[in-house]
Amino acid sequence: MSATLEVRNLRTHFFTRAGVVKAVDDVSFSVERGQVLGLVGESGSGKSVTGFSIIGLIDPPGRLTGGSILYQGEDLAKLSERDMRHLRGNRIAMIFQDPMMTLNPVLRIDTQMTEAVHAHVKTTNADARARARDALGMVGIPSPEERLNAYPHQFSGGMRQRVAIAIALLHNPDLLIADEPTTALDVTIQAQILAEVQKLTTDHGTALIWITHDLSVIAGLADRIAVMYAGRVVETGEATDVLDHPVHPYTHGLIGSVPSRNKRGERLRQIPGMTPSLLSLPPGCAFRTRCTHATSVCEQEPPTSEPSPGHTARCFHPIEGNAP
Amino acid sequence: MSAISAEETPFRRFVSEFAASKLALFGLFVFVLIALAAIFANWIGPQNPYDLAQLDIMDGRLPPGSKSAAGYTYLLGTDDQGRDMFSGMLFGLRISLAVGVGSALFAACVGTTLGLLAAFFGRRTDAVIMRIVDLQLSFPAILVALMILAVLGKSVMNVVLALVIVEWAGYARNVRAIAMVERKREYIEAATCLALPWRRIMFRHLLPNCLPPLIVIATQQVARAIALEATLSFLGLGVPITEPSLGLLIANGYQYMLSGKYWISFYPGIALLITIVSINLVGDHLRDVLNPRLKR
Amino acid sequence: MFTWILRRMFQASFVLLAMTVIVFVGVHVIGNPVDILISPEADQAERAKIIAEMGLDQPLWRQYAYFLNGALHGDLGRSFVFNEPALKLIGGRMPATLELAVTAVLMSMCFGIPLGLYAGLKPNGFLGRVIMTGSILGFSLPSFWVGLMLIMVFAVQLGWLPSTGRGETAMLFGVRWSFLTWDGLRHMAMPALNLSLFNISLVLRLTRAGVRENLTMDYVKFARAKGLSPARVIFVHILKNIMIPVTTVLGLELGSTIAFAVVTESVFAWPGMGKLIIDSINVLDRPVIVAYLMMIVLMFITINLVVDILYTMLDPRVRLETKA
Repeated sequence: MSATLEVRNLRTHFFTRAGVVKAVDDVSFSVERGQVLGLVGESGSGKSVTGFSIIGLIDPPGRLTGGSILYQGEDLAKLSERDMRHLRGNRIAMIFQDPMMTLNPVLRIDTQMTEAVHAHVKTTNADARARARDALGMVGIPSPEERLNAYPHQFSGGMRQRVAIAIALLHNPDLLIADEPTTALDVTIQAQILAEVQKLTTDHGTALIWITHDLSVIAGLADRIAVMYAGRVVETGEATDVLDHPVHPYTHGLIGSVPSRNKRGERLRQIPGMTPSLLSLPPGCAFRTRCTHATSVCEQEPPTSEPSPGHTARCFHPIEGNAP
Repeated sequence: MSAISAEETPFRRFVSEFAASKLALFGLFVFVLIALAAIFANWIGPQNPYDLAQLDIMDGRLPPGSKSAAGYTYLLGTDDQGRDMFSGMLFGLRISLAVGVGSALFAACVGTTLGLLAAFFGRRTDAVIMRIVDLQLSFPAILVALMILAVLGKSVMNVVLALVIVEWAGYARNVRAIAMVERKREYIEAATCLALPWRRIMFRHLLPNCLPPLIVIATQQVARAIALEATLSFLGLGVPITEPSLGLLIANGYQYMLSGKYWISFYPGIALLITIVSINLVGDHLRDVLNPRLKR
Repeated sequence: MFTWILRRMFQASFVLLAMTVIVFVGVHVIGNPVDILISPEADQAERAKIIAEMGLDQPLWRQYAYFLNGALHGDLGRSFVFNEPALKLIGGRMPATLELAVTAVLMSMCFGIPLGLYAGLKPNGFLGRVIMTGSILGFSLPSFWVGLMLIMVFAVQLGWLPSTGRGETAMLFGVRWSFLTWDGLRHMAMPALNLSLFNISLVLRLTRAGVRENLTMDYVKFARAKGLSPARVIFVHILKNIMIPVTTVLGLELGSTIAFAVVTESVFAWPGMGKLIIDSINVLDRPVIVAYLMMIVLMFITINLVVDILYTMLDPRVRLETKA
């Protein structure tokens, strides 16, 4: 079975006045139909930029400088803006982190939904409205017909995220990119949204890329996990492999700092230091300045190792054994 | 020792940052030239335009470059009284600048004091002062100036008074906003704890820290004041005819412009334009340099 | 909402009352009311009669009561020059000014919004920079000077447009208007442009800043992610957000524009209220001056009130909050 999306050696660089920021640097992964990929990393690791690169919304001074994004065998990086627009919101959709900011405050919900219908399907206003109403009902919004006439500020954060999801799923996309859609929400709402999205994607066989900084969110959801650090994928593999047998010291650290995995009374483990500035990234492994295992050899480009089939890591000193 | 003298003082940093913009330096250079020309008008101008004995009505409305009966050249022509336009402009510039700078400084004093008082004492004082400021700012400058001059009649002093009344509110609002922020800082708290007299805290502690933005506002207000004075004088409501500013010179030439004698209005207009633009160039860059919000 | 409007109206009438006190004090206390209100040509007996008639020998508060009473009945004295009620005189000149000011405000939208959109979308382009520099000039140049230059170029040198007057007018609703005839429009072109220059710069800067701000907003990115055309994103999602501040500011500027028409009307000999007030000041026709000041203050307060109400109607967030 061919992958819905295959990203190969993607590079997205921002050419700022202060220098070139290599936000995404040689990133590869793939997602298959109905599968969930968890894209994990700290803020600034390039995971959101990866998402925007796929959907073609990188604005100057940013630019895709290399690699390919194969959507059902077709390279999105080479597509014209016009062709890309037909895929965007139609076959490939995206939902954002902050539901309070995703919907235009001065346009009614029906306007924002029907315009998304009209953008891809030639149909009547009544039909577009009916589709919008059904989509709202599908994501669990009560009395959708009335809510269509409301403005975004009349909804709570969780409800707004549901509206955004309804908009994203209007055309039953083949691929949904979810950029930390639950981070800004209450914990109880988080779980609801999570379950909702999972159900909808499995029902329609939609491939899902779930971007997050929170490993605990992704643990029960993802089929595969890719861990990003400083613009690169440092470890990728089946979710169970990565979570139970992490190889890269950074993944180790990430898992170790999830509170629930620590024993009660034990000090919370943390990764020392901060994400490096992408402007002045030294050659070699970007994590070496924070890594307890680092040696002088880490100043060179780390090799890719494959501890088990489909599970790869970029490190000179892969850790063996179980998760902390 | 040399290490200390080479140390970066805030003033030095300000100078070097200001000098980074060639356009602003150019503006400053032009403005200094204009100011010098205005100050030394008596020596630079070939004629004293206020001395009627020097004027020859037969030389009226001569185009630029004409020879006068007395033998010297009218570089920029003459007006309807036979006045040398170049000399007239220098003297006019002097009045325009004096009125503009003078009113802006005076307004700055009044506005700053009231703004500081409002911020410092808060409550009633603040409410009353800011209400007046709001009311004042909700009416356009030209209308307020018009009201004042219509009631008081025209004279240089009344124009200055009108400009001060128009401008003080802007200073007061800005100074208050800045002082409100500064007031909550530790150094003011410390000064209050030392039980220093409030006048001392206000003027010795609070005021110096409000100065940078104040300088920016003052620069912009000088340009505004000069433009407004010119407008009022053009309308015949500003300075009296015996002491023509640039605006009045332009007004005098206006009636002749339609018959093609453009120079009577045109050159004073250019002088006014250059003055205002040069001040704005300086002010714009000052804002960038002194505004801490724009800095990382 | 209704109580809110009532409260605003109460505030407005309070400001109006305060302004009558100021004008009254200005005319009756600082100036000499006998000189101001009685024609200088009147002889001694006539003077005494008028002083008694107007109650100028009465205590100050009674004089104010008389003044207020007269103002409430639309009686602000007779013009010395035209020997007509001052209010009627001003009313007769008002259409010319209103026509000019409204045209100028409309022009500032027609020019300012497209220029601002362009400068906002292409901030680093050559044309974008030219537009921004031009707007600085529009702010700082005295408008009478620009008016003179317009006359010099388009009337004197090129001879394309007439330099002064209203031109041919046509009747509508019992009032003469210039905008109904071609000749009138030709006469109005330069004054209206002159009067609108400041507002063009203002609208342009507001629009540009709005575009720059909106472009970074998630809702614009989400709109693009829906696959909408750039035109729809710019003209619906961005423009609708920008229109709120722009209309509010322009509405507030209408009052200033009417006040600044004083300058433009003097330059172009446009027979409106502004020209009348300047002429009146020059010949000391004081009843007209007082009437003009009262009129324009009333106008100002009304405009501010209307704009406030309109603003709440325009912005769904404010509108629905005040309703609740």
